[in-house]
Amino acid sequence: MSSNSNLTTMKRTVEQLKLEASVDRIKVSQAAADLQQYCLQNASKDALLVGVPAASNPFREPRSCALL
Amino acid sequence: MGEMEQMKKEAEALKTQIEAARKAVHDTDMASAAAGVAPAPQVQLKTRKTLKGHLAKIYAMHWSTDNRLMVSASQDGKLLIWDSHSGNKVNAVPLKSSWVMTCAYAPSGNLVASGGLDNMCTVYNLKTPVIKTVKELDAHTGYLSCARFLSDTEILTSSGDTTCALWDLETGKQKTVFLNHVGDCMCLSLSPDMNSFVSGACDSLAKLWDVRDGQCKQTFQGHTSDINAISFIPSGNAIITGSDDCTCKMYDIRADQEVICYQDAALNSGVTSLALSTSGRLIFAGYDDFNCNIWDSLKGEKVGVLSGHDNRVSCTGVPEDGMCVCTGSWDSFLKIWN
Repeated sequence: MSSNSNLTTMKRTVEQLKLEASVDRIKVSQAAADLQQYCLQNASKDALLVGVPAASNPFREPRSCALL
Repeated sequence: MGEMEQMKKEAEALKTQIEAARKAVHDTDMASAAAGVAPAPQVQLKTRKTLKGHLAKIYAMHWSTDNRLMVSASQDGKLLIWDSHSGNKVNAVPLKSSWVMTCAYAPSGNLVASGGLDNMCTVYNLKTPVIKTVKELDAHTGYLSCARFLSDTEILTSSGDTTCALWDLETGKQKTVFLNHVGDCMCLSLSPDMNSFVSGACDSLAKLWDVRDGQCKQTFQGHTSDINAISFIPSGNAIITGSDDCTCKMYDIRADQEVICYQDAALNSGVTSLALSTSGRLIFAGYDDFNCNIWDSLKGEKVGVLSGHDNRVSCTGVPEDGMCVCTGSWDSFLKIWN
C-alpha cells in the first residue's frame, strides 16, 4: 500500500539522518591547517606546481643537435 | 499526531541539529585560514601532445597506474589505449554500444571497463592475445555514469538509476548496492585507502559511503544543480566537486561541511570534470565553455587556464606521478599538458 511504503521511506530517512547527525566533527580551522600542511609538505614534488625540466619531461620531443 | 507527522517532525529536528553542529565548528573558512600561505604561482602549462584518433566526442578518460598508458572512450564506439609518451595508439577496443559515458583502467593494468546508455559495465582483458570481454555487469536500471576498479576482482559503478554498486568480477554479481541518492548518480571517487568512496548526483548532493557495509556515512550539500565531477584530495581528508551550477566546492570530511567555493562571476558554464595535482594544491576543472580552469585549492583563486579545445572539455585526469594533466573533449582530441 502506498501509505505504508511512504512510512517505510520516512522511517529510513529518519534513521539515516540520525546516523549522519552522530558524526564527530572537527573545527574548520583544524581541517584547514591539516590541508595546508599536506599541500605545503608535498609542494616540491608536485610537477604541475613547480614545473618539469625540459630534459626530464617524458612528453616533450627530445631536442636533437646536428653535428656539422 | 499520526506516525507520519511525527516522523516528519523528527526528520526536521535532525536536519536542524546537523546544521547547528556544522555551524558550531565553523570557526573560520579555508580562504581566510590560508591568508598566510604564499599564493600558488600563475600556472602556464603547454600542450605537449595532442592525441588524434577518435572520430566523435570523447566522454571519458582514465590513466593507468603506470603513468604512461591511458584509456579514452568516445561515442565513435571505441575505447582507445594510448601510450602518452609517444602519442601512439596501443590498442582499440570496439564497443557493442557506442553510447559510452565512462571508462576505467584497473590498477593492475590488466583490465579496462566501459559503460553508458546500455546500462551495463563491460570489462575487457587487455592481456589476452586478442582483447576479450571478460564480464558484462548487468543489473543497473539506468545508464552507467562512472566505473572504478578496486582491483582485478572488484569494481564500483554509479548509475542514472540513482544507485551505486560494488561488483564481484568473478561472479559478475553486485555484492553491495548503495542506496540513498534521489537523483541520477553522475560520478564517483574512491578514497586513497579504498575503504570509502564519494558519489555526486543530480540531486545536487555528494555522499560518503563505506565500501564494505554499504552505509551512507555523510551527506554534503551546497550545490544548486547536478554534481558532474567528484574527487578525493590526495590526503583523503576532503573532496572536491564540480557542478552544473558553474562552481566547484571543497567539502572537508572531518568537519562535515563545505569549506570553500571555487567560483567566478565571469564563469557561467557548468563544470564537467576535475582532477587534482599530487599535492592537492591545484584543481584542474573542465568546463562547458571549452576551457579547463586551474584553481588554487587553498585560496580559492583562479591561477591559470588550459585553452586549446574547440568544444566542451568532458574529462580531465592527472596520472599518479603527477607529471602532467590530460584533457579530453567533444572536439574528439585529448591533450597532454605540463
